[in-house]
Amino acid sequence: MNKPLTQHVRPDGRPLTLQEYEKAGGYAAVRKALKDMAPQAVTTLVKESNLRGRGGAGFLTGMKWSFVPMNAPKPKYLIANADEMEPGTFKDRILLENTPHQLIEGMILAAFAIQADNAYVFLRWAYKQAAKVITTAIEEAYAAGYLGKNILGTGFDLDMHLHTGVGRYMCGEETALLNSLEGKRATPRAKPPFPQISGLFGKPTIVNNVETLCCIPHIVNNGAEWFKDLSRGSDAGTKIYGVSGNVKRPGAWELPMNVTMRELVEEHAGGMRDGYRFRGALPGGASTDFLVEEHLDVKMDYTSVAAAGSRLGTGTMIVLDDQTSVVGFVKNLEHFFAQESCGFCTPCREGLPWVEKILHTIERGEGKPEDLKLLEFHTKYLGPGNTFCALAPGAMEPLQSALKYFRKDFEMLIHHKISA
Amino acid sequence: MLTLEEKQEIERAIHQVPLRKAACIEALKVVQEHRRWVSDESLKDVAAFMDMSPAELDSVATFYNLIFRRPVGRHIILVCDSISCWVMGYEKIQAHLSQKLNIGFGETTLDGRYTMLPNPCLGTCDHAPAFMIDHDLYRDVTTDQLDAILEKYT
Amino acid sequence: MATVYIDNKSYEVGAGKNLLESCLSLGLDLPYFCWHPSLGSVGACRQCAVKVYKDADDKKGRLIMSCMEPVADNQRISIQDPEAKEFREHVVEWLMTNHPHDCAVCDEGGACHLQDMTVMTGHNYRHFQYKKRTYQNQYLGPFINHEMNRCIQCYRCVRFYKDYAGGKDLDAFASRNQVYFGRHEEGTLESEFSGNLAEICPTGVFTDKTLKEHYTRKWDLTNAPSICQHCSVGCNTIAGERYGELRSIVNRYNGKVNGYFLCDRGRFGYGFVNAEDRIRKPRVRHETVSRETVLEEIKRSILGHNVIGIGSPRASLQSNFVLKALVGEDNFYHGVNDNEHNLGDLVVKILTEGPARSLPLKEVENCDAVFILGEDLTNTAPMVALAVRQSVRRQPLQHAAKNNIVEWNDAAAREFIQDEKGPLFMATVHTTKLDELATRVYRAEPDNIARLGFAVAHLLDPEAPAVDDLSNDEKEQALQIANTLQQVQRPVIISGTGCGSEIILRAAANVAWALQKKNKAAGIVLTLSESNAMGLALLNGHRLQSALDTILNRRDDTVIILENDLYRHGPPSVVDEFMKTCHNVIVVDYLNTPTTQKASVVVPAGTFAESDGTVVNNEGRAQRFFQVYEPAQGMQESWRWLLNIGAAVDHPRLAAWKNFEDVTRALAAEEVLLRGVEKVTPPSSFRMAGQRIPRESHRYSGRTSMNAAINVSEPKPPEDADSSLSYTMEGYRGQAPSSMIPFFWSPGWNSVQSVNKYQDEVGHALRDGDPGVRLLEPKERGAAPYFSGIPEAFHPMKDHLLMVHLHHIYGSEELSNHSKPVAERIPQPYVMLNNDDAAERRLNAGDTLTFEVEGQAFALPVVISQYLPKGVAGMPYGLEGLTIVELPAWSILK
Ligand SMILES: Cc1cc2nc3c(=O)[nH]c(=O)nc-3n(C[C@H](O)[C@H](O)[C@H](O)COP(=O)(O)O)c2cc1C
Ligand code: SF4
Ligand code: FES
Repeated sequence: MNKPLTQHVRPDGRPLTLQEYEKAGGYAAVRKALKDMAPQAVTTLVKESNLRGRGGAGFLTGMKWSFVPMNAPKPKYLIANADEMEPGTFKDRILLENTPHQLIEGMILAAFAIQADNAYVFLRWAYKQAAKVITTAIEEAYAAGYLGKNILGTGFDLDMHLHTGVGRYMCGEETALLNSLEGKRATPRAKPPFPQISGLFGKPTIVNNVETLCCIPHIVNNGAEWFKDLSRGSDAGTKIYGVSGNVKRPGAWELPMNVTMRELVEEHAGGMRDGYRFRGALPGGASTDFLVEEHLDVKMDYTSVAAAGSRLGTGTMIVLDDQTSVVGFVKNLEHFFAQESCGFCTPCREGLPWVEKILHTIERGEGKPEDLKLLEFHTKYLGPGNTFCALAPGAMEPLQSALKYFRKDFEMLIHHKISA
Repeated sequence: MLTLEEKQEIERAIHQVPLRKAACIEALKVVQEHRRWVSDESLKDVAAFMDMSPAELDSVATFYNLIFRRPVGRHIILVCDSISCWVMGYEKIQAHLSQKLNIGFGETTLDGRYTMLPNPCLGTCDHAPAFMIDHDLYRDVTTDQLDAILEKYT
Repeated sequence: MATVYIDNKSYEVGAGKNLLESCLSLGLDLPYFCWHPSLGSVGACRQCAVKVYKDADDKKGRLIMSCMEPVADNQRISIQDPEAKEFREHVVEWLMTNHPHDCAVCDEGGACHLQDMTVMTGHNYRHFQYKKRTYQNQYLGPFINHEMNRCIQCYRCVRFYKDYAGGKDLDAFASRNQVYFGRHEEGTLESEFSGNLAEICPTGVFTDKTLKEHYTRKWDLTNAPSICQHCSVGCNTIAGERYGELRSIVNRYNGKVNGYFLCDRGRFGYGFVNAEDRIRKPRVRHETVSRETVLEEIKRSILGHNVIGIGSPRASLQSNFVLKALVGEDNFYHGVNDNEHNLGDLVVKILTEGPARSLPLKEVENCDAVFILGEDLTNTAPMVALAVRQSVRRQPLQHAAKNNIVEWNDAAAREFIQDEKGPLFMATVHTTKLDELATRVYRAEPDNIARLGFAVAHLLDPEAPAVDDLSNDEKEQALQIANTLQQVQRPVIISGTGCGSEIILRAAANVAWALQKKNKAAGIVLTLSESNAMGLALLNGHRLQSALDTILNRRDDTVIILENDLYRHGPPSVVDEFMKTCHNVIVVDYLNTPTTQKASVVVPAGTFAESDGTVVNNEGRAQRFFQVYEPAQGMQESWRWLLNIGAAVDHPRLAAWKNFEDVTRALAAEEVLLRGVEKVTPPSSFRMAGQRIPRESHRYSGRTSMNAAINVSEPKPPEDADSSLSYTMEGYRGQAPSSMIPFFWSPGWNSVQSVNKYQDEVGHALRDGDPGVRLLEPKERGAAPYFSGIPEAFHPMKDHLLMVHLHHIYGSEELSNHSKPVAERIPQPYVMLNNDDAAERRLNAGDTLTFEVEGQAFALPVVISQYLPKGVAGMPYGLEGLTIVELPAWSILK
């Protein structure tokens, strides 16, 4: 079982029903944990498994859970972040549409570990198929006694609801997500206090990515060591990697953590389409730094990608080819970020549209040499900590690395009005 | 005036959250589902039903790009304009749609059939370019498929 | 205390504060926008960035937002770090990408926080080469102007209007760089505190529309510290003049009273000062006459006559006192109806003879449980309502603190608190805006409200008299209230004279006193009707009714009426008769009123803006207002007129008093309860470094030319004999004593944010103590016996309705009614009935109800409310043209 998360994904895309999931061993982890394990033991197990959050930041999941005060009165909340809106990212969709019960089981386990009595799936608007599938699955789980009061007679209660969003990338940022779930504008919240202390409705809350949660049943069933062994390197488990762009077979695959970029592009994605050459890639979604040819042998795990100067992010790679304008590429990204800025903090609200405008002029051959300085001052000052949340720093990652690796492209356009 | 059906649907959403107001986005969705968009009048009705002021509710409504506060056509085309679709040439698709329907982004056809909007990444980047019409997702689209697709919606 | 190192210098700061606030308290200049001492931090603008270092060896450091950072012992930060400076400069540059640079035509110019911060950060070269965003503006009513293009999205407006003041109709709309602040659709801003937007907004989005009518830059105003005249709370204001006209009222920080805010009646009610139809020249029998003639006429009316004087709750202590001295103690009458007179006396008795302390307004915010009896605070004392809004957060904030969420971390605290509210119990006749915050609302007519109060007191202390035959519901409410009040640390009982009911005040006193007995530091807040109602109550005088009786019996007499429209205090027929009977009616006033119409002699008094005076607020705090400018020829302070009259008739005592201080000294010496008023401000001989304190900024312009159209020779500025302020721009440039700050300004800080520079600890007391002298302190615990005399439960009466007053922030107060923008918002007269009572009489909304109350006949359109108790009816208090009767009283329906 080297693809625990996607082993049951069917080529025709029919989701696993409850019966099918149970038959394949589903909900065994829930039985095991709720009946035989203390909540803290689940957290400890997850800690030992070295599972890192798959939502982008790669924070250690068990560690995150351990900050929830166990003696806090109910309600407490567990939220599955299924907002997946980072451009280039399409991995959670697979899990949501195909194996809904795997997610629900993971959520029950996470909720049990932190003793949450309420759970929400925060799903983005566009995932219509997933919405249907999850709704049915939640109903099935209630009917089978996996949700509701006194689950499996263990005295553990958990309610679960699906909330579908109404747009805005910001909803994926975990604290903005909380505001959105509270029926407010999806602007982020200050940390501290962390959601583990004061989250949804001011109560202790854990937000985890869909893929993260889907790992939990397998860890409970098979143990921490097994999970670590799935990986070929330091970061544990498998990862759903994806590749999009001008490659022969764009797609997503569950693979052991730390395959190399080259394997992804050349083997799994079938290499570049004919007539296109690989120039670089954003390894983990729109808000990660470019890696280039010299990095093709970098291992795709959190540590190695970081060492190469980027982030694993969501693990879904967007490939830049030689037929595509770098400036146009970056401009498209910055347009996205400028549009999706929540408007709360100054540098992001005012800086990103400025960056987009500069890139637009450069792209049209109207750029000036000073423009590069202006772009650089943005990459410098829209960094982590300077803006309120991670959106703007994320927006700067592809830009700063493009200026580093593809500066010529910018300069050619500015000085000679031609694309490199 | 909210219809009984709308009120019931909103009440159901209210049951899923500890504070009435928290269901306000759901309430807007319900109204939009029934009326396609949220007019000023609907907004006030929903606000009253949710024990909110119109300003408070509109503050939320106008934050989200998929709550429509202006009239829209019978069908909404959401064209993904994000990176993978851009690389794979969504602009051609959009140009074709624009030409065919005689509308740009943010506009509605004269017959009220379509409204076309840009949308960030639809999460199907391996099948770029992509767009959605209402609840249907179209992937790996080429310009020659467009006429047939558009035919389907009346 | 914690030691922090800022740019390698060590400072001691209070632990638990945020770094920005601490830096500002240390006097360091650090720019900010979204932070405000009253609103706390949200970290939106990113303007307050500083470098923080791990330890002494860390040379690189990282940028943090100082407003979001708690100070910690041994923290090392740098404000001067080049990167931090560059970042802060860029924040302004970002904001400027869309800001219109229209300072020259912007009302905020010269008092603009954005200008100040732009200069402070050094941003001066524009790199942004693209089109700016533009917005549509909205009509927001008569008070506030809207110019959205100037917005820098600091979110302070909504945070004040919505989060702090509970407003519902202003919000943030849209997102990204399209965020819009305004109403959901055009229309008048509904909050009673909307005017604060003009001060909260760091730029010119929300500005004072009334100032726009006669616009003057802040630096061109002649200012004086003043006191709001529009209710009994006595908020501190700065009044500004130019060209002989009062042009604006802004907040004057007082850490014990109004803090940073004012209500809209106080801010926009000043129009009466400039009103076309105010009294500007002396008149004798409707003829305009000279000063000499009028004094001659008055002399004739006084000499050889019995003279009585009628004082006023809206006139200063000095004016009332000089009148009293002029006519003699036996002939001085308070110009309020007997009910109000009794209420005033009772308030003084409660605050001086009982053990409960009268709380300064700001302390109300820190109370952790509130019980309000009878008073519709939003309409009678709006700023108290604003304070109550903060107090319901006290308990939830304590819960947040237990989870390490500090109060200044504003958004975090609100997210933690959600809709949790601390205890607030309301017992009022009709709905009030505070109901939405209440733990429980008890709606009843005045006697039943009092009974609930008495019952609570009895539950707290069995020695307080018990109440018979309460309903089960009332018993249970009383129990809940008593239990709650007992459990908290700092409860406050709030009531007032708005209901016209002495019994309610007594009940409120019993509750507060019973709590004192339980060793609770229970505070009490009692509001009164007008700006100096408390001062008047502290000044011995007779009842108005007896004045009326005296004259009616004696005939052939002279009465001097001070700043008072008797028709607001007595039945029209009686006042008519009185005016007719009086031989000479001399009125000293600035407003034309029904009383001045009937007077034989009218003397043009100065308004508060043109006078010096002391008033005592509901807390018992004596506060001084200063003359802003000398009024045009003919007008002068009431007390000065009275001194002139005294001189004209060779009055033995008055002749010795030459100026404000002479009067004040005599007043303090003679009136036992007013001892201390002479200490409210330094004497007129006071000088700072040998200089007076200028009313004008050093940038004041046009002095030599502003009156050139009238006279080319520049007049000599007047000398102020009554205070140590000067009427010029020359004088001491440093900070004035806290009680006489004419305007807030500090180098680099032209906006109202300069207040920070006048406080040792930002957001706390002014540097040499908050202004005002408390005159009333409670007696030792248990000093006064409980009030008894519990009324019977209310029983509706056939064909009668118990009529009560309903108060309106705009309409119920005399002076502001003469201000145009306020007048726009005054409701039409009406009578309000309970829906059952209306149905019984087949009355629909809008029908006319004819009734008689206290001998007065009324015919008013009906308004129906399900919230008014059955058997009770309400009519608005104080509207122009609507006779004021002493209520509550039974009305007979026709
Ligand atoms: C602007 C922004 C958007 C984000 N969108 C998502 C998202 O769509 N899905 C997601 O799981 N995490 C998203 N994240 C990360 C979340 O904030 C959060 O770290 C994550 O949900 C935690 O889950 P994990 O610990 O399981 O990774 C986003 C972060 C930012 C700053
Ligand atoms: S960086 Fe600032 S404006 Fe941008 S999304 Fe985050 S909080 Fe909003
Ligand atoms: S004042 Fe600190 S971020 Fe605005």
